[in-house]
Amino acid sequence: MSNFNSADIAAFKDVWVFCEQREGKLMPTDFELISKGRDLADELGVNLCGLLLGGEGIESAAKELGGYGADKVLVCESPLLAVYNTDAYAKVICDVIEELKPEAFLIGATNIGRDLGPRCAARLHTGLCADCTHLDVDVANYIQFLRESSTLDVDSQKWDMEDRNLKMTRPAFGGHLMATIICPRFRPCMATVRPGVMKKNVFDQAKADACEIVKPSFQLSESDLNTEVVEVVKAAKKLVDLIGADYIVSVGRGISKDVEGGIKLAEELADVLGGVVGGSRATIDSGWLSADHQVGQTGKTVHPKVYIALGISGAIQHKAGMQDSECIIAVNKNDTAPIFEIADYGICGDLFKVTPMLIEAIKAAKAAK
Amino acid sequence: MKIIVSIKQVPDTSGKVAVNPDGTLNRASMQTITNPDDMNALEAALKIKDATGCKVVVVTMGPPPAAGMLREALAMGADEAVLVSAREFGGSDTYATSQILAAAINKIGVEADDIVMCGRQAIDGDTAQVGPQIAEKLHLPQVTYAADIQKDGDTITVKRMLEDGYMTIKVKTPCLITCIKELNEPRYMSVGGVFEAYGKPMTTYDYEALKDDPLIDATTIGLKGSPTNIFKSFTPPQKGAGMMLEGADKATCEKLADILAKKHII
Ligand SMILES: Cc1cc2nc3c(=O)[nH]c(=O)nc-3n(C[C@H](O)[C@H](O)[C@H](O)COP(=O)(O)OP(=O)(O)OC[C@H]3O[C@@H](n4cnc5c(N)ncnc54)[C@H](O)[C@@H]3O)c2cc1C
Ligand SMILES: Cc1cc2nc3c(=O)[nH]c(=O)nc-3n(C[C@H](O)[C@H](O)[C@H](O)COP(=O)(O)OP(=O)(O)OC[C@H]3O[C@@H](n4cnc5c(N)ncnc54)[C@H](O)[C@@H]3O)c2cc1C
Repeated sequence: MSNFNSADIAAFKDVWVFCEQREGKLMPTDFELISKGRDLADELGVNLCGLLLGGEGIESAAKELGGYGADKVLVCESPLLAVYNTDAYAKVICDVIEELKPEAFLIGATNIGRDLGPRCAARLHTGLCADCTHLDVDVANYIQFLRESSTLDVDSQKWDMEDRNLKMTRPAFGGHLMATIICPRFRPCMATVRPGVMKKNVFDQAKADACEIVKPSFQLSESDLNTEVVEVVKAAKKLVDLIGADYIVSVGRGISKDVEGGIKLAEELADVLGGVVGGSRATIDSGWLSADHQVGQTGKTVHPKVYIALGISGAIQHKAGMQDSECIIAVNKNDTAPIFEIADYGICGDLFKVTPMLIEAIKAAKAAK
Repeated sequence: MKIIVSIKQVPDTSGKVAVNPDGTLNRASMQTITNPDDMNALEAALKIKDATGCKVVVVTMGPPPAAGMLREALAMGADEAVLVSAREFGGSDTYATSQILAAAINKIGVEADDIVMCGRQAIDGDTAQVGPQIAEKLHLPQVTYAADIQKDGDTITVKRMLEDGYMTIKVKTPCLITCIKELNEPRYMSVGGVFEAYGKPMTTYDYEALKDDPLIDATTIGLKGSPTNIFKSFTPPQKGAGMMLEGADKATCEKLADILAKKHII
């Protein structure tokens, strides 16, 4: 047994980010988390390190992380790390953490990060905040965040402005409640962070060139692995997974004058957002979409980040299935359509004219990020 | 052979969610249900029972009324139920929760050909952490996000979902699997099942029953043993009546895209 003690807070320093790769390619979340990690490391006055595990040659991908703000990247290469495996990754990561002791450790809340994070936190005896959407160290920044994003009366509360704990904020109860979690007695403070939420820095080649690559020593053998990955299959087409989807573009009877064209527009918009297509019962009853697409009281209840309703009136039975979406956008040619009562953003117009322009505008906004 | 299924009673967040003025959840005003993913885990276990005749044990940690949910699981076809309930266990975060559930599962006993099943994620806490953390505490291999499970002797083949596809993973028993809704369609309780449920064994593990397990320690369970604390909880500002954008032209769409980008929604 090592003499690692997660309660010895003073022994820990630096902010680390787990940098996930699939097939040797870095994931977009890596750059988002490195960018956020940079802010946190600056607030704490410490270094920011990426931690990259992969097959032989993965080192060549590491320097790019410097361009987004990493001072150092710790690279662990082994054929056993080429494809994600819980046992192999958890062992290497925990061993390296026990040796080098970072004070904060961020992981992307991908399907892999949410498999890995809890296993490591349990082994290290520390806390893990799940699926965070906001992170602060600095108390003044945190207060400002609460002012903008909560109904709390921050001025009537007492604040310890010297508090250096990582404040990790996350939605729970399907987004009805937000909680800020701290891990005051153990290190590292660990968080999985929701993909797509943290803003990516502008890539800086000079910083990438200056980024230091370190190869910590680690032990890993075949006998450490208790599961075998037989194959990794990429989905040819996204399955219609309304409940799990972050973005849903739904169509209603408003597409009736050109059903095929309307569905095609919805598919294009969903593709741009990385989401799926849904529909009101009117579209299912008319046979335009199959039943698995139905949103509403007798269909599916969904809580996506964004729900776009194209040509849907907003009947109570439809609202019942989508009103808890985080952001609702409605396009309808009738400005008194009830859907506008619950929409965060409404556009009164013809969906066949508006949707193509919206697709272009969102493409442009995403490209500019 | 047996399958231990860890199930949680949760408030039904699909309907109206009531929040108290102080930002806490008004649980009293809400219906409770069995966590949806856990229903898929139970169904997966019952399918294996149908095929092999193995035993299915359901376990939950929660207040005494959670016994009602366990009865429903027995009525669906589970053979035994264990309620883990004690004041000392209250206020646990996922680290402490998995510590306690692992101790309970140890007491039920995990043998060479057994499987432990969990849901991927509970709809209230929403962390998806308890399954992997139980696996770590029990030193079991884990496979999360299971969308298909095939059992052949002591080898389990799992279709493990990724955002952009899936992995096929082979693992030997004993192991822990977390289940997602794509796995199956949970069965209903049958009339006969409801009748039989009252004859099936239901045991309660209190603090006394588990305190000798090395995992149970005042410093690792309950509110005091939880590494994470809730620093603040709050409700997001109420949704306004919404905002009608002016016009329906290119500029309107660009304005909307810009707002969404600035708010990190896209
Ligand atoms: C017991 C019960 C259960 C039900 N369950 C469900 C359910 O689960 N889900 C569900 O969706 N419904 C359900 N319904 C049906 C529901 O009451 C509505 O009839 C249905 O939602 C209407 O669908 P819609 O909005 O697509 O059509 P409509 O109400 O006909 O609305 C079409 C809208 O499109 C607009 N429009 C037309 N042309 C254009 C254009 N070119 N550009 C932009 N806008 C345009 C119109 O202004 C109108 O607002 C249920 C009903 C009952 C009684
Ligand atoms: C607003 C809020 C935010 C929170 N955030 C965090 C956080 O970031 N980090 C943290 O460590 N804790 C957090 N907690 C505490 C956490 O929710 C509890 O520890 C909870 O008991 C277990 O976590 P979960 O609901 O997220 O379960 P999950 O980990 O999502 O559950 C996964 C599976 O584990 C099994 N399981 C979970 N709980 C039980 C149970 N009691 N009995 C039987 N099986 C069970 C079920 O099979 C379930 O499907 C938070 C609590 C609240 C109220």
